[in-house]
Amino acid sequence: MEHKSKYPVSHVVGFLFSLILTFVAVFVALKMNVSYTIVMWIIGSLAIIQAGLQLFMFMHVTEGEDGKTNVINMAYAVFVAIVIVAGSIWVLTSGHAAH
Amino acid sequence: MSANVNHSLPLEYQTEQNRLNILGFWIFIGAEIVLFATLFAVYGVLGHRYAGGPTPSDIFKLNDVLIETLLLLTSSFTCGLAVFFMRQRNMKQLLVWFVITLLLGAGFLFMEIREFIHYVHEGATMQTSAFLSSFFVLLGTHGAHVTFGIIWAIMLIIQLLQRGLTPVTARKMFIISLYWHFLDVVWIFIFTFVYLKGMVG
Repeated sequence: MEHKSKYPVSHVVGFLFSLILTFVAVFVALKMNVSYTIVMWIIGSLAIIQAGLQLFMFMHVTEGEDGKTNVINMAYAVFVAIVIVAGSIWVLTSGHAAH
Repeated sequence: MSANVNHSLPLEYQTEQNRLNILGFWIFIGAEIVLFATLFAVYGVLGHRYAGGPTPSDIFKLNDVLIETLLLLTSSFTCGLAVFFMRQRNMKQLLVWFVITLLLGAGFLFMEIREFIHYVHEGATMQTSAFLSSFFVLLGTHGAHVTFGIIWAIMLIIQLLQRGLTPVTARKMFIISLYWHFLDVVWIFIFTFVYLKGMVG
């Protein structure tokens, strides 16, 4: 477990990266002249990177004797979340529910 | 509570009970991810059904959303600082950063409530369309979590002042920090897949 250091380096770095990612996402979404699909892929990826930053640099998901359990638990929660979101949109918008 | 205290670990990890409580809270966060996933799924399915009412680009205002985002992101950072100073047993810095976290959270909530009132005045209510129903349910659930977090934090500050830093209060502080960071994680996805998505198209 870290935090022997005198300054909260990982927090400051995580915060700066989060700010950059936020503003890049705004720029890509509103100022860049590319197709809607490409914009969504880029800002979606930026969101996932920023969530990862929070998880690892602020929440320290890997620390402690249960670190591995936490990572597996989070990975499974993310998997279920993707199945729910992508699955619902797929089933309900691609003609499976025509009537 | 376990009598085995391991002093080489940070306060919040020193007892078996504390470690189990922290593990339990991570499992709760896993369940919360799934809760919010269901609401994002509803929004993803219904978000384009405007029923003749306003569309996202009619009502979303980039400036307000950016201010909300920066308030919550900064509060997540200051909450991390509070735990950082807790691990240095620096009670004063812990309280300072934790109170700043609370104020930023309250600022976020103020902006969000103002935003909702503004929408309702423009005729964009929960009853207007499927888009707005799913929008208000998703955003409202997140806002309710922030509200609950603020009440929880105030009670914890009182307890920190009364009892000082013990393994028990340190564990409670650590757990609320996980909760608060998680709320920012949810907001990142709301910001991206509700607000930015709505303003692109």
